[in-house]
Amino acid sequence: MPDHASAFDLLLSGDPALFAIVALSLAVSLSAVFVGTIIGIPLGALIALTRFPGREAVIVVLNAMMGLPPVLVGLAIFLALSHSGPLGFLGLLFTPQAMVVAQGVLVLPIIAAIARQTIEDLWGEYRDELTAMRVGALGCVWTLIWDARFSLVTAVLAGFGRAAAEVGAIIIVGGNIQGFTRTMTTSIALETSKGDLSLAIGLGIVLVAIIVSINALAWLARRAGERLAG
Amino acid sequence: MHTPDSNLPIAFEQASVIANGVTILDRVSLSLGHGAPTVLIGPNGSGKTTFLKLAMGLITPSSGRISWGTHGNGRLEQRAIVFQHPTMLRRSAASNVRYALNAARIPRKQQQARVDELLALVGLAALGDRPARRMSGGEQKRLALARALARDPTVLFLDEPTASLDPAGARAFEDVIRTVVSRNIKVVMATHDLGEAKRLAGEIVVLHRGRVLETSPAAVFFDSPKTSEAKRFISGELLA
Amino acid sequence: MSSRRCFFSIAFALMIAFVSSALAEDRSIVVASTTSTQDSGLFGYLLPIFKAKTGIDVKVVAQGTGQALDTGRRGDADVVFVHARSEEEKFLAEGFSLKRYPVMYNDFVLIGPKDDPAGVSGGNDIVAALRTIKAKHATFISRGDRSGTNIAELKLWKLAGIDIADEKGTWYLSIGQGMGAALNMASASNAYVLSDRGTWLAFRNSGDLAIAVQGDQRLFNQYGVMLVNPLKHPTVKKELGQQFIDWLISPDGQNVIARYRINGQQLFFPDAKDPNA
Repeated sequence: MPDHASAFDLLLSGDPALFAIVALSLAVSLSAVFVGTIIGIPLGALIALTRFPGREAVIVVLNAMMGLPPVLVGLAIFLALSHSGPLGFLGLLFTPQAMVVAQGVLVLPIIAAIARQTIEDLWGEYRDELTAMRVGALGCVWTLIWDARFSLVTAVLAGFGRAAAEVGAIIIVGGNIQGFTRTMTTSIALETSKGDLSLAIGLGIVLVAIIVSINALAWLARRAGERLAG
Repeated sequence: MHTPDSNLPIAFEQASVIANGVTILDRVSLSLGHGAPTVLIGPNGSGKTTFLKLAMGLITPSSGRISWGTHGNGRLEQRAIVFQHPTMLRRSAASNVRYALNAARIPRKQQQARVDELLALVGLAALGDRPARRMSGGEQKRLALARALARDPTVLFLDEPTASLDPAGARAFEDVIRTVVSRNIKVVMATHDLGEAKRLAGEIVVLHRGRVLETSPAAVFFDSPKTSEAKRFISGELLA
Repeated sequence: MSSRRCFFSIAFALMIAFVSSALAEDRSIVVASTTSTQDSGLFGYLLPIFKAKTGIDVKVVAQGTGQALDTGRRGDADVVFVHARSEEEKFLAEGFSLKRYPVMYNDFVLIGPKDDPAGVSGGNDIVAALRTIKAKHATFISRGDRSGTNIAELKLWKLAGIDIADEKGTWYLSIGQGMGAALNMASASNAYVLSDRGTWLAFRNSGDLAIAVQGDQRLFNQYGVMLVNPLKHPTVKKELGQQFIDWLISPDGQNVIARYRINGQQLFFPDAKDPNA
């Protein structure tokens, strides 16, 4: 990106480098959230609805993983994906895909832990009715997930927030390569270290605006959904 | 209409339910048979809800046993229950009924007609598209009844069905119960409302502190209850 | 229900495409280099020219020199491009590369506050300046990150006869971060810091900082480039990597390096042909 322009100038002039960075940020974070959701919600439901030895320990660990330090996760995945590491043959280090993996690991516990709590609470309410109606196990899971959908969307948004704001993990596994693995957050880190603080802040404002917009969209979707089905 | 029922009679043999050291039902022995509704009355905490859940098969007795019909287990899919505080699914009223039909494995083609029929039966025909959670308490009770009837039960359990309804709503609900009874469905219900018990019951079962105090045909019971506790209960004194 | 299924299958297909695009073969190499080289803006200038000529995408991962060489050791980069000769020689001795090519040099400068609390400004003797800074306990920021700059800084303390690991005090701040972060910190805490000229010229938060000492021969900073040994790491893209190296040391590449300017000043001086480099 050019040195002297402010972030808004770049945005307004349609600077392709800036758009590429924004597009990559969204692609990585949304992919990570997608993976985190399709694994996390069923996982949370499973833990909520089944009894097994060590269940409480699993719940404690899952909750604790919401606070995993991103930079530590980045380091662990870096070592795993390195050509000298166990998964090196995948050749994923320093690629956007590695960033999705790292953020997926950070996002999954948030979605799963909140889903578990939400579904467990709802199951307390629904258990007698669904049992009386002879709904099978899988049917119960789907029904709980669907009826809890608004709270689950909030869990997904929490995961998205974590992914979009994250920089420690993706800068390690992605390498902050210009035009390839450079996202909004890693750009902010880079411009800060180059001393271009005003550009860094400008990028930050653009990033926050995007995050707010996505949350606003989710809110509108919820309102529409509520109007349809309460 | 109904094939010979394998759910009745429901036989309680010294059935007890003990939870957390508290005896909720204490060696209950009786039989619920075909015919007119059986109405459970008794003070709060006497175990009416637990009795209904046992009879429904939702919980198992801590000791003693329950058996349904001649084969022991009966057919769970032909028993239905309306809880005191029914849970509405987060969807429209019609969808709630459709959900129950799905769970009862009614083929998709027949479902729409059944939904319309059931909603009409409980007087909710105009509210099919209303989100169930936004209906009034009385409407939700009626919807729960429609859901329960979706599986064409031979036995229907009702836990204080008119408890939170105003007199008009209660009367309307009672009319629906009468319709259900007229279809040869066995109704077993718990109620606080002695007038309602008198109006609907074939047989009265009095519960107190987990024990069956007495059972009598309704006609006889209200004129001359057998036990003095039952007498005091009917006349409105709080039982100790 | 079918629209839900449709959504999931589209999303799934996109995911597969996304993942497989990473695994597809392409004309690109990974070069592990240093943050100071990146922050100077050289790569932004150099690489588009190389790509236009050869169609090869050069992906630069910028880390400290120590980290960059480790990346090469692990086989996560095809080429390493750093500026710490002793570390590069070690890399060669360990067999992680077969040949080191000198490319260019620039110099380090001692940056300090304009009001010069240690009184070393304007000099051209770095060793004397460091002794004075220590004597006066003037705040000094060290990168502390095994970077080429850090290694040079530690060598200079040694030349000054100071065992900095033992003799440092609270005036010596080792921050474990890159050049930009170190300059930011020097600006914010009125401190001295050793920097490469490239990063300094490109730096946009100079505040009250200025060059205090420059021109000392001992501040000379040589860059070398090496292809990671394909015998140690068969996944190294040796043809493309060698093409990059060959271009850097070719007259064409050397000219491009010399043409790079910040504020009209030349930053890097090509010396591929220098036998002593």
